[in-house]
Parts: sequence; structure tokens; C-alpha cells
Amino acid sequence: MRFVVRRLSMFLFTLWAAMTLNFFIPRLMPGNPLQALEARTRGKVSPTALESILSSFGYKPNAGLVPQYFTYLKDMATGQWGQSIGLSLGEPVRQIVLQAVPWTLGLIGLTTIIAFLLGNVVGIVAGWRRGGALDSWLPSTLVITANLPYYWVGMLLILLFSTSLNWLPADFNYDPSLVPGLSPGFVGSVVQHAVLPSFTLLVTSVGGWILTMRNNMITTVAEDYVRMARAKGLADRKIMFGYAARNAMLPNISGFAMSLGFVLSGSVLVEYVYNYPGLGYQLLNAVDNNDYPLMQVLFMLYTIAVLVSLLAADFFMVWLDPRAREKG
Amino acid sequence: MKFASLVQNRKALIGLILFALTCLVALFPGVFTSDHTPDVIGVYAPNLTPSGAHLLGTTSYGQDIYSQLVYGTRQVLLIALAAGAFATVLSVLIGITAAYMGGIVDETLSLITNVVLILPTFPLMIILARYSGTSNWVMITVLVATGWSYGANQMRAQALSLRNRDFLEAARVRGERRAYIILCEMMPTMTSLIVANFLGSALYSVLAASGLQFIGLGNTSSDSWGTMLYWAHSQEALQAGNAMWIIAPGLAIAVLSAAFALMNYAFDEIGNPALRPVRRKDLRRAAKAARGDQNAEKGAGDVYAS
Amino acid sequence: MSTPPEPTAPAKLAAPAEPLLEVKDLRIVYDSPRGPVEACSGVNLTVRPGEFVGIVGESGCGKSTLLFGIAQLHSAPARIAGGEVLFQGRDLVTLPRKELNDLRWRELAVVMQSAMNALNPVRTIGDQFKDAILAHEKWPEERIRERSAEVLSLVAIDAVHLESYPHQLSGGMRQRAMIAMALLFTPDLIVMDEPTSALDVVAQRSLMVQIKELQQQLGFAVVFVTHDMSLVSHFSDRLLVMYAGQVVEFGPTRAVFDTPSHPYSKSLLDAFPSIRGPKVPLTGIPGDPPNLADPPAGCRFNPRCPVVKDRCRTEVPELYTVASSDAVSPVLSRCLVHHPAEPLGVPLAADVNIPIVPEVQSS
Repeated sequence: MRFVVRRLSMFLFTLWAAMTLNFFIPRLMPGNPLQALEARTRGKVSPTALESILSSFGYKPNAGLVPQYFTYLKDMATGQWGQSIGLSLGEPVRQIVLQAVPWTLGLIGLTTIIAFLLGNVVGIVAGWRRGGALDSWLPSTLVITANLPYYWVGMLLILLFSTSLNWLPADFNYDPSLVPGLSPGFVGSVVQHAVLPSFTLLVTSVGGWILTMRNNMITTVAEDYVRMARAKGLADRKIMFGYAARNAMLPNISGFAMSLGFVLSGSVLVEYVYNYPGLGYQLLNAVDNNDYPLMQVLFMLYTIAVLVSLLAADFFMVWLDPRAREKG
Repeated sequence: MKFASLVQNRKALIGLILFALTCLVALFPGVFTSDHTPDVIGVYAPNLTPSGAHLLGTTSYGQDIYSQLVYGTRQVLLIALAAGAFATVLSVLIGITAAYMGGIVDETLSLITNVVLILPTFPLMIILARYSGTSNWVMITVLVATGWSYGANQMRAQALSLRNRDFLEAARVRGERRAYIILCEMMPTMTSLIVANFLGSALYSVLAASGLQFIGLGNTSSDSWGTMLYWAHSQEALQAGNAMWIIAPGLAIAVLSAAFALMNYAFDEIGNPALRPVRRKDLRRAAKAARGDQNAEKGAGDVYAS
Repeated sequence: MSTPPEPTAPAKLAAPAEPLLEVKDLRIVYDSPRGPVEACSGVNLTVRPGEFVGIVGESGCGKSTLLFGIAQLHSAPARIAGGEVLFQGRDLVTLPRKELNDLRWRELAVVMQSAMNALNPVRTIGDQFKDAILAHEKWPEERIRERSAEVLSLVAIDAVHLESYPHQLSGGMRQRAMIAMALLFTPDLIVMDEPTSALDVVAQRSLMVQIKELQQQLGFAVVFVTHDMSLVSHFSDRLLVMYAGQVVEFGPTRAVFDTPSHPYSKSLLDAFPSIRGPKVPLTGIPGDPPNLADPPAGCRFNPRCPVVKDRCRTEVPELYTVASSDAVSPVLSRCLVHHPAEPLGVPLAADVNIPIVPEVQSS
């Protein structure tokens, strides 16, 4: 129980720190929404009019920073996320965000889980069979593929499958001429548009999983209890999964949570390359246009996502490893 | 000794060669290309396909892609090495101090480290970069600020395991000052971890910096590879049929990342020999020996003839 | 086998029975990046049913490698490069996988050095016993539990610990749990790799006594690897001394212990002061064990041998039968002193004590 309390309080503290950073950095640096809005409206609207528009949306730059900060914290916590002052001027942030969330979750979430599972299974087998053809060139290849820039791979895939072969679309999450609904046409279009972005993510992230799992397996297989399992005459497959993999996976579970943060971050660029309207895409727009309200909420959501997955990983660890239960 | 084993390892060797090549290009760009002002717009015809005159073709602004690539190398390398070095220094300082001092200092530093570690890096970088301007040093600062925490945890863990070892106890008993113990006794045993850390940070910096440049948050008038990709993307190079403009800078980034990644991985293998590849021909020989060749060897006795 | 057999009468040493285990000329090689290194060079050893054979030697002499090689539990980069391991008449080295797995644990069980490492940390003791049973028999749950509790009681552990995880037991208990696990099918042979090294002196002795009792009760043979010669000599029937990957002496414990036939065994024994005898200066064996990648020419012990002669540096000694030993259970020794045709004239029995003075190895 103490363990849970400690972790939770740590996360709350991190969340607070993240939100504070998010509040102060844009406001302490050059540039502000007024200027951005002026640039966009190309001087057609007077500055005073612009100011009143912005203040009606909650942007009161002349009120002191500190009161603003506390109002900000309160608003974030209670779900009053205000309205966008960027590209979609006036649109409620909550709406923008809720629209974008399923696309990011679906694309990123699903792809990461597939990559994790696939990578681990391949890693288990690769680590178990030493000296095969797999063993000599796989690690080097994987080391290289796991470190390719996501966005470049995305563009290459677009080049190949979209521009040259014209098999798959390279933009957006579904054909804009279609009406959203559960019709097969729409669903098919969604799937079609998701193939390239998710493949991009898969190709670059699966390598890391295979490598770490393989290395863990190799270290585990050398352990005495695996030798003991062989001595008992257990079938190979039973040893591989029940003894070796079960132990080798433990460090990977926490690694998975850690990596979720990185994958979320990387997906920002994938969404950008494919114009995929998820959270990352919105974040980039928000940053470009000094859209503080949207930016704040998005950053908070990213942080919460990482924290939740870390917490989940911790609980997984306790469930899978009886030794961790004792440590509390 | 460490350097020798690094060179013996094939992966590391390849990585090292690629890295050395990149350094050469960065130091002497003039040697590799005749166009010394690749930034200038409109010098050549736009969107030319690769040919003898233009190895990688030209951009839609009429610039030679190959020369841009060559001259951009210096920036990329500078950012990677500087950010990597500073991040490592910071990691080492914080990690080792936390481990050695213990108590409230350790608690505080660990808390800070873990908080920074958990923060979603890329969004944070985007925000920082957007609001801090576009010079290279700003980029480096942003990278260091977001990238030091992983290494700090590793250093702390290693330092903790070393802290109670006998040779450190002996140094304490001799009356050596703390700084001396940390610098001259502890750190030398951690060199391979520190080097691995540096390589990892450099790798991270290459990818993150070019990522930021790609979305336009870097210095858009530089020749950096990421910036090249930015212009290529905004000029819709793919649709315009100028594939090389996209392929070339990205490939360069991939090659440099691969160099760091291979060297980094080689360090893992050196530290843990079980990870080294088992070569096929040895296994075949072993299987053969176990099966049939025993008869030939039975009478040979038990000592190699010397 | 559907029921555990009745305990057989303990085998007597006097009449040599058909050997249970016969290792002939076993060679085990490690493939290192610099080329193959022979960890075991032509090892010969026999074990009779119900016999307790101790294998002793310095660290790095190859005894653990030998043990795992015998049980076919070695893994890359180690490999069997030659020789036979005849267990119950069948060669384990060439035995097909399925048959090998069949006889594992039923006939041949293993006890390892550190139970903390040898037991799977994420599964209960009971589960691990169950694994071993289910790998060979399809017993119902009840029967499994019954047998598991039975073997635990043999080592004086309460059956409630079947639900415990390894880290919840004390060191001694873990070790005994491992031995209990080995007894699940009352195998004919149990090989043990330094099972007492991780324990304190008192626990060591009590564990040894327990093993010996179980052996006499159930009739299994034991091959016991250790570096602690004095400990094992109280319990073993025969003793095998290893040096630099070779067997240098092998014979009944009393003979080897009281009148060692090899300079190395003698030096080993001299290194242990007797608690009751006259006070003598402590002795040691100067120098270090040889590098197995490049062993010395001639007899491998020659750089450190207190009674070395020139001939030892060139001629390679085989394992000779010591002429003065018992005909039925002879002592074998790898020293030119016992060469049948041209014995080296060196008084081995003479007390050649080398005081402990740090010396640089001369090789």
C-alpha cells in the first residue's frame, strides 16, 4: 500500500512540474498569441479588436503571471480547457482534443502493442537459438533499423507506396469526401489510411524490442535455473517460455512503459508527415500559432499518458514478479 | 585494452569507420566538393536528376544537393558531439554526486532526474525550441536539458554499486578527499559506461536535432541535413518528383545514427561476452566431432603434442 | 515407473558391480575467440551403483565442466569434443534427445551449487516439483502433491513450503529443497556441483550427513564435486583428484587420503593442517594453475611439483595403476613414479614440505 502511495505522489508531483513548465516557458519567451493572430489576419482587424477577442477566450496577458498561474492550474484540473486561440479560433479545446484522441490512440496505441508483442516473440526465439543465421546478422541490422529517423522512413514509404505505386494514400485519416460512420466504405478508408503510418512506426520500433528481448534471453538462458530445467528433462518449448522468457520479460515490461513516452514523442512527427489529425498534429499546429490553451492541454495529456503507462507497468511488475511484492 | 577490443569487434569497426569518414567530411568539406557556397539560390537549374555534374541532383531552389550535404555535415556533427558531451558530463556529475553523497542530496537529485525523465521529451523540446530561437547553441541546450536524465540514472546505479567496494574504502581510510575519490578512483572504473553513455547521447542528439529541424524549429537557413529535409518537405519534393532531395539527407542521418548505434552496441557486447555472435562454422565442427570423429581422436591421448 | 521403488540395500564396496557410470576419455572444449581451449582432457572415471565418488580440485581445474559434460548440461561455448559417457550402458553423448530427456531426472538428477540461482525465482517450490514430475509422468494432482510432500519430509522440510517462493526460504532449506527435488523419482545417480559451498560450516556438515543417510536409505550413487577435500573425504567411497583438466589420481578414499600416490594430491592434503596431529609449518603449492590454452609440456604439474625431475618436462604421463594398491579397487595415478616399465625413482612418501613463501611461477 505504501508503495502505491509513494508512486502516486511521485506522479502527481511530476504532473505538477510538467504543467508548471508548460505554463511558464511560452509566457517567458518572446512571441505571444496577439502577434501570431495579427500575422494571420494580416492587419485587417485592429489590435484592440484582436485583444478583446482573445480576452473573451480567457487570454488576459495584463493580469499578473501568478494569479494567471493558479487560475490555470485550477482550470486544467477541472476540465475547463477554454477555447483555442490558434488556427481554429474559438473552437473549444476539449472538442479539438477529444476528436484527435481516438486517432492517436488507435494508430499509436495499436501499433506500439503489436510491435511490442511481435518484437518480444521474435526476440525470445532469436535469443534461444544461438548460432543460427539469425544470430549473426540480425543484431547489426536491428541496431541500424531501430535508429532510423521515423519521419524519413515515413517519407520513403510514401515515395514507394503512394507516389510511385499509388497503392496507398499518404494523407489524412480517411478520405475527406466520405461521411464518417460505421459503413464498410468508411471503415475501409480508415484502415487504408492507417496502413502506411502504422507500418512506419512498426518498422522502426520493432527492432528495439527484438534486440532487448534477445539480449535478455541470452543472459537468462545462461542462468542456472534454465540449466536446471534442462536437467529435469523438460521439453524445450516449456523451458523457453515458462522459465527463460518469463524471467527475461520482466525488465522489458518496465522498458515498455518507458518507451511509450518515446513512441508518443516520435509519433508527433509521423502524424506530421502523413497529415494524420491526431494529438501530435494538433500540438504542432498549436505551437506554430502560439495557441496556449490547446498547447497546455495537449502537453498535460501527453504527460498523463506517460505517467499512466508507467504506473501500469509498475503494477504489472508486481503481479509477475513475486520478489517485487516483498519490496513493496 | 578497451580500445583494442573495440577495434576487434566487427560492428564497432564499421561504426568507427563511418564516424571517421563523417568527421573527415565535416573537417574538410572543401575537399569533397567544388561548390563552396551551396546555400546560394538559383545557381543551377532546379530539380535536376542525379548526373555527373550533380551527384545527387539539385533542389527546387537550384542548389546542389550533394554540396549541401557535404557542408551540412559539420553542423550536424557539431551538434551531436557537443550535445552528447555536455549531456554526458551533466549525467555523470549528477549521477555520481547523488550516489556518493546519499541522504537528502540523493533524494532531491533523484527526484529531479526522475521527473525530467518522465516528461514527454519531444513535446517539451518542441515547446522549448519554438520559444528559444533558432541558433545551434540553443538547439544544443535544448537537447542537453531534455537528454541528461537517462544517463544520470545509469551513472547513479553504477556508482552506488561501486560505492562500498573495498578499493574505495581503502581510499577513504587513507584520508583522501572526496573529490579525489570520485575523480580518480571511481570514475576510471566507470569509463566504459561513460563512453557508452556519450555514444547514446550523441545518437539521441542526431535524431532529435534533425527531427526538430525537420519541423522548422532549427536554423532554417543552415545546411543541416534536417533543415534540408524541412525545405524538401515544404517544397513537396516527393510530389515534384525530386526523390533524391528526400532520400539523400535522410540517408546521411541514418548513416551517422548507425555509426553511433553500432559503436554503442559494441560496447554492450564487450561488457557482456555472452551476447557475442556464435559463429556457424564452430558449431558445425562441434556437431561433427560429437557424431563421428571420436574414433579418430580416441587414441590421441590427453595432451596436445608440444 | 509408476511407484517409487522400495529402498534397495546399500551397495558394498568389496565386490565390484557392473559400473553404473563409465566415463571414457571425455574431452570437453571451450570455443574461445582465440581458438579452442580444452577444459577436460581425456577424463576417465567409473561409478558403481550406490557408490559415493568425490571429485576434488582447485578452482578452474575443470571439475564443474566435467560434471555438466557428464550430465549433458553444458552449453555454448563448451562442447564435447570426444569420448563416451556410458550411463547404464548407454552413451549419453550420442543418445537421441528424446531418450536423453526420458532418463533425465528419473535415472539421473542434478543438484547445483546455489539454490538461489538454480530455482526459478518466479515460481513456487511446489510448482517446480510438479514441473519435474509432469515432464515424465501424468500423475493426478493429488499424487503429485503426495510425492512432493514425501520427498520434502525426507529432508525435514514441512510440506507447507510447497507454496513458498525460493527467496522466502533460508539458504540451508533451499539447498535441501533442491536435494528433495532430485529425489522425486529416486534416481540411480545424483550428480552434485558443490552444493555445500554456499553454506556455513555447520550447515555444510549437516547437509553432508543428510545426503549420506539418504544414500544409504535409498541406494542411489552420488558424484560430488567440491574444492573442499577434507569435507568430502569423510563421506566418499572413492576420491578423484583433478588438475588442469586431467584426472591425476583416482581410488578408494582411504588409500588416496592416507597414502596419496601423486605429488599434487599429497600437496593438497598437506595444505590442510590436522587438528590433532603434531604442529607443522603450513605448506602450500607455489605457483598458479596452468593456462589451459597453452599447457606445459610433459606432465602438466611439472612447474609446481616439489619432486620434479627432467623426465617430467618431456614425457607425458598416462593414468597408471599404482602397483602397491588393492587389486580389486586399485588406485590410479598420473605420475611417472608409477610408470609400469620405467618408474621414476622418487621417494613420494618422503615429507617434502614447501613453506608458504610467495614465489614467482617459473614456466
